Amino acid sequence: MPSGDGSTKPSAKTSKKPQYSRFTQQELPACKPILTPGLVMAAFLILGLTFIPIGLSHLSASDNVVQLIDRYDEACIPAGNSNPEEAHGKRVSYIQDDKTDKTCTRTLTVPKKMKQPIFVYYQLDEFYQNHRRYVRSRNDQQYRSAGAERKTANCDPEAEVNGNPIVPCGLIAWSLFNDTYSLSRNDVALPINKKGIAWESDKTSRFGADVYPKNFQTRSPIGGGKLNEKIPLNQQEDLLVWMRTATLPSFRKLYGRIETDLEENEKIKVVIQNNYNTYTFSGKKKLVISTTTWIGGKNEFLGKVYVTVGGICLLTAITYIIFYLVRRGN
Amino acid sequence: MTGRRIRAKVRRSHLYTFACHRSHPPQEDGSQDTQGPGYSRIVCCNQPHVHTQKPNKYCTNYISTTKYNILTFLPKAIFEQFRRVANLYFLLAAVLSLTPVSPFGPLSMIAPLAFVVGLSMAKEALEDWRRFIQDMKVNLRKAGVHKQDGVFGLKPWMKLCVGDIVKVEKDQFFPADLLLLSSSYEDGICYVETMNLDGETNLKVKRALETTLPLDSDPTFREFSATIRCEDPNPSLYTFVGKFEYNGKVYPLDPSQILLRDSKLRNTAYVYGVVIFTGHDSKVMQNATKSPSKRSRIEKQMDKIIYILFNILVFISIISSAGFLVKTKHDLPKWWYLQVPDSKGLFDPGKPLKSGFYHLITALMLYGYLIPISLYVSIEIVKVLQALFINQDIHMYDDETGTPAQARTSNLNEELGQVDTILSDKTGTLTCNQMDFLKCSIAGTAYGTRASDVELAAAKQMVMDLDGQGQSGMGEKSGHDFVDSEIQLETVVTSKDDDDLKPSIKGFSFEDDRLMNGNWLKEPDKDDILLFFRILGVCHTAIPEQNEETGTFTYEAESPDEGAFLVAAREFGFEFCKRTQSSVFVRERYPLFQEPTEREYKVLNLLDFTSKRKRMSVIIRDENDQILLLCKGADSIIFDRLHSDGKMYEEATTKHLNEYGEAGLRTLALAYKKLDEAEYSAWNEEFMKAKTSFGADREANLERVSDMMERDLILVGATAVEDKLQNGVPQCIDKLAQAGLKIWVLTGDKMETAINIGFACSLLRQGMKQICIALKNDELVQDNKKAKEDILMQITKATEMITEEKDPHAAFALIIDGKTLTYALEDDMKHQFLNLAVHCASVICCRVSPRQKALVTRLVKEGTGKITLAIGDGANDVGMIQEADIGVGISGCEGMQAVMASDFAIAEFQFLERLLVVHGHWCYKRIAQMICYFFYKNIAFGLTIFYFEVFAGFSGQSVYDDWYMLLFNVVLTSLPVISLGVFEQDVDSEVCLQFPALYQQGPKNLFFDWPRIFGWMGNGFYTSLIIFFLNIIIYYDQAFRAGGQTADMTAVGTAMMTCVIWAVNCQIALTMCHFTWIQHFLILGSIATWYLFLLIYGEMHYALQVNAYRVLREVLAPAPIYWSSTILVTVVCNIPYLVHISFQRSFNPLDHHVIQEIKYYNKHIEDGRMWRRERSKAREKTKIGFTARVEAKIRQVRGKLQRKYSVMSSSSSVAQQT
Repeated sequence: MPSGDGSTKPSAKTSKKPQYSRFTQQELPACKPILTPGLVMAAFLILGLTFIPIGLSHLSASDNVVQLIDRYDEACIPAGNSNPEEAHGKRVSYIQDDKTDKTCTRTLTVPKKMKQPIFVYYQLDEFYQNHRRYVRSRNDQQYRSAGAERKTANCDPEAEVNGNPIVPCGLIAWSLFNDTYSLSRNDVALPINKKGIAWESDKTSRFGADVYPKNFQTRSPIGGGKLNEKIPLNQQEDLLVWMRTATLPSFRKLYGRIETDLEENEKIKVVIQNNYNTYTFSGKKKLVISTTTWIGGKNEFLGKVYVTVGGICLLTAITYIIFYLVRRGN
Repeated sequence: MTGRRIRAKVRRSHLYTFACHRSHPPQEDGSQDTQGPGYSRIVCCNQPHVHTQKPNKYCTNYISTTKYNILTFLPKAIFEQFRRVANLYFLLAAVLSLTPVSPFGPLSMIAPLAFVVGLSMAKEALEDWRRFIQDMKVNLRKAGVHKQDGVFGLKPWMKLCVGDIVKVEKDQFFPADLLLLSSSYEDGICYVETMNLDGETNLKVKRALETTLPLDSDPTFREFSATIRCEDPNPSLYTFVGKFEYNGKVYPLDPSQILLRDSKLRNTAYVYGVVIFTGHDSKVMQNATKSPSKRSRIEKQMDKIIYILFNILVFISIISSAGFLVKTKHDLPKWWYLQVPDSKGLFDPGKPLKSGFYHLITALMLYGYLIPISLYVSIEIVKVLQALFINQDIHMYDDETGTPAQARTSNLNEELGQVDTILSDKTGTLTCNQMDFLKCSIAGTAYGTRASDVELAAAKQMVMDLDGQGQSGMGEKSGHDFVDSEIQLETVVTSKDDDDLKPSIKGFSFEDDRLMNGNWLKEPDKDDILLFFRILGVCHTAIPEQNEETGTFTYEAESPDEGAFLVAAREFGFEFCKRTQSSVFVRERYPLFQEPTEREYKVLNLLDFTSKRKRMSVIIRDENDQILLLCKGADSIIFDRLHSDGKMYEEATTKHLNEYGEAGLRTLALAYKKLDEAEYSAWNEEFMKAKTSFGADREANLERVSDMMERDLILVGATAVEDKLQNGVPQCIDKLAQAGLKIWVLTGDKMETAINIGFACSLLRQGMKQICIALKNDELVQDNKKAKEDILMQITKATEMITEEKDPHAAFALIIDGKTLTYALEDDMKHQFLNLAVHCASVICCRVSPRQKALVTRLVKEGTGKITLAIGDGANDVGMIQEADIGVGISGCEGMQAVMASDFAIAEFQFLERLLVVHGHWCYKRIAQMICYFFYKNIAFGLTIFYFEVFAGFSGQSVYDDWYMLLFNVVLTSLPVISLGVFEQDVDSEVCLQFPALYQQGPKNLFFDWPRIFGWMGNGFYTSLIIFFLNIIIYYDQAFRAGGQTADMTAVGTAMMTCVIWAVNCQIALTMCHFTWIQHFLILGSIATWYLFLLIYGEMHYALQVNAYRVLREVLAPAPIYWSSTILVTVVCNIPYLVHISFQRSFNPLDHHVIQEIKYYNKHIEDGRMWRRERSKAREKTKIGFTARVEAKIRQVRGKLQRKYSVMSSSSSVAQQT
């Protein structure tokens, strides 16, 4: 308040008269937009006319993505019995048997020229990484620093072995995916770069550089992949990718990158170590090799919705105009 | 002191009835009616200690209207809070969140609950504290009490005991119900103002028993002791049964010895009394019904919506746990990566039922976001702010008394926008209870040029309306010119007075040079005028009081009318200056205006004014020994009693009286007759005989004898007094009527007065058919059954009359008096009565008791199911104010009871218009939209959590981070919705006032009816579907960035949440139509806060544990798909609503749409005609108020014109033919 008001203050205090201000009198300047017919038409036309091109650009980006998907869980297991239940039992015992050699070879054809970087994914179906029990079964404090290895809250039942903490603890780490793929083209190995597939923050902040796996997978039941105890957690990028739990029971995770172009119709031989058990719950396993564009992988849906919505807006605009004209005619 | 004695004697002389009563011998046996149940109270006078222990322990004089005390506050207030089902649910959820069943951390459940409940309780505490302070102000008032040995000392009211002797001095309130023992007057009378009890302003006379008269000084109470046996506490103000045992004799007591708490001692130096009823036993407190806690209908309806949501919640929880049960039993054992069963048994395929039950609890907590926890607290915040705006409204501030409007409870703001019927008190609410002598008619000539408020306002209105019509109707211009000129003529006369306002004299607004300053001496009928003035100056019962400084006289009169007459007489030069036991002295400026001469009039007899007689007379002997009877009374009564020679001016006077009535004035006729000595003495003998006789027929005898005298009168003239309406009352009533509100007047006044006021404030007008329902003769009063039948017949007849009425413009007014109302309110008749009443344009109930006011209010409230508003100023209105859905008290006058009981307090009736039409309208719309939106946003958000369950094996995992969910209700979406609730205006306040019919959107409940609520819920459902499935499919399994990464749960959850935030905030922007910088800031701010939160949260240590670390900076922001999906989802979510509102506005607009549009295109400036057309359309058809009166007038004038026209045209055609 300016000091000049001093003289009026006492009277203002004794009187209960409300102080005038545009705020208290609810008279603040306001913009009061009104949906006039012109505005309505303009709004729908503009929406329609912008959404359709956006949608088309999305569609074309999606079109440029080349991906090949190979489901190998069925193929990489000895042909089963005709009795489905028996077959199921056989598959499970096959996959759980440590001693059998589970190598499996697949040949894929490149449908179109693929420019590097080409991403290699594994895809699991019917695997509920988003189950509440699963999602919670981790302890990030333990993963982050060596001193916190005893922090295994929430990790039960993969918390400790004979009183020694498991590092990394919890069901997520324990069930680490452990199929491996090696690719070759014309009998020349196609190297898969497995560096740089995890988020940078995982490597720098969320997983410690001084935290080494301990007592991991030393006790039955053995869930999934084992970890090299010499390498700190933040270097084990497979683990870091796996630890980011997926949204849906059907998910893809990055396996590695091929840093050479693949030509159209090239045959690629994939040697798979089929270790991971999806047979118990009849989940599928797929190998996905895909390029990306600015919208990521193949994603026609987004573009289609954009175009559809744009179309609907245009239609609405036209309907509105017709209604409007008919009404004015009357 | 001597003056007082004299006055007391004067009083005694004319209050003859009392003296006669007193001479009744004491009844030795004690009357029967003080025996038996209901009459068990024993009061030992002057022995208060007897009443401190049982069995005669009565309640103390401490009164309390608070809800809590220090000890009970916590438990009671907490109990109150958790009586709200939603709060109870959240409490349970908070407790359960401490267990492993909880889907999220305990903090996210407990923190919001504590915040919400704490805030509400703080508000309760503050409100109760205010009540306590008010109570204590009353409790700590001091009263003089007999301590010991004839010594009196001051004690606070709350310390008074039954049996205490109290001394009350002039202008003090009685601290409890007292038995009057003696007063400063010798004959033990005192004057009491019962304004606070029944709203009546005239003073009432109470008198002590003869036997206690000697107890008139402090020392006499040293030895005094007596016993009272009387009725138990009851609420009846006008009855009292008891007996008084003193000195071994028993005397019966009746209501005239009882001084009631909260009434005021007037014109009496002091009185002594014994406390009979204290505190909550006193009659006024018994009359006060417990102040009910009121909840608005919208809130009640909101509860229903919450129940619906609860059902949805339970339903989806059951689905979810059934799904979980199936999954757990059949699939979980196969999902080796889960290693079930777990140690806590939450996921145990072996015991699926147990796990399923646990999951049900989890699910109930998880989907709790369907129920907006912040709803109650947001509404409370909004209402407090709305109340603040009401308090701060400068247009509802009364400069004179310095009182702003006050919303005392903020619960009912939106109810103000839905009022259907207004029940109003009269005195102090519609009128100031101040009479102004305005006009008179003497010897058939009308005097007084000043227009009454009613006339002024009506004229203004007419000119305004006709201006409008004149411009629009070009075709019939000539016709309108006619009307215009006629109306203007009237206005010129009236508006002239507006300009030269003289320094006003209280009670006198008369202006006419013909009578003022002695000019009347030049008038042709000056003898009649002289007589007229003399009647004014002599025929009354007032007492003059000389102001010592100025030397002028003021008058203590029984009624304000009488006071106004005396002031008028003084101004005309007939100053009443002295009253002795037998004479009245008047200083007359006659025959010479310059020199006053004091004349004495011997008062021989005084025939009192009673409501039944409706007249009063004095018989005087003037200085020439001429005996005169001077009489004033209701015109109908006087006209019946005129001598055939005295009807000279009857015709002219009747015409004037009708005009005065039309102008809303209270009228009385004045008459006289000359008596010769013999005639008088013969009559006087008979009169004295009647006066001194005893027995049942004494009253009847007196009545008969008086009647004999008051015959063959000669009419002199009539007076017109304006019962000053409060400022702006007629205009306000007019606007309220245009807004479609019905107005009932409930008054304690006489029927005539009530009707006059009805005219004054345009509730009644000439040409309206008045239906008076009253008991015609006294026999019926005695016989309940017959009376009932009679009333039922009257009601049925009236109803038939209304239904048979053909004329659409016919308006009916129902006038009913209190006694009749007693029957009409009985269960078997009240519906017929209500049915009749709702068909009448206005309803006036007169002579009603406070309790009846409350009963009528309840009848209207329950019978019509509509929202009622009661407005009043006195303690007699408390019941009605509490009973109505909304109680409004008039603050700024003396009594505070009404204000204390009210929900809103305004300084004057006229502010009601703004309170309802502006604030009520706004608050209703704001709250309605706000609640709808609240449900929308919580459904939109809550259901996405459910959908995700289906994809997460019904495990109870949420796709959102705990903090997102916590902040969603509390931070991210709460402020815009509060700004909607506080600042939204469909149209600004002036437009609200210009288009009162816009108000009807509230009573019709257009914005909170079930279709609209379900529409919003459907919108929420749609939004949830769009947000969830579009996001899920967009981020399905492929890479979402050029770097090949796929989206994990945190990324998808965050993207989804972004869409939720955008969608609901855009939705609210589409809902609003008034954006100040605050709304802009809050809506944009909410969206910005979300991103800001993500950034900060993403850097926090905590986020490391929940995958949310740098989720925006590192994961989402660099992905174009994140931004394009946000835009897409937001637009898709809002398109249906946008289509809906644009089509509705263009092709099926609501009232406010049209008005907004007119405003927007500035049509009111360029196209005045359209503006006016809309305005007249925007008025409810109404039969009361000025507008109706003006319309009736216009119809009448038109009718006249048409006749003229037809005559003219026929004559012109005749002329053409020739």
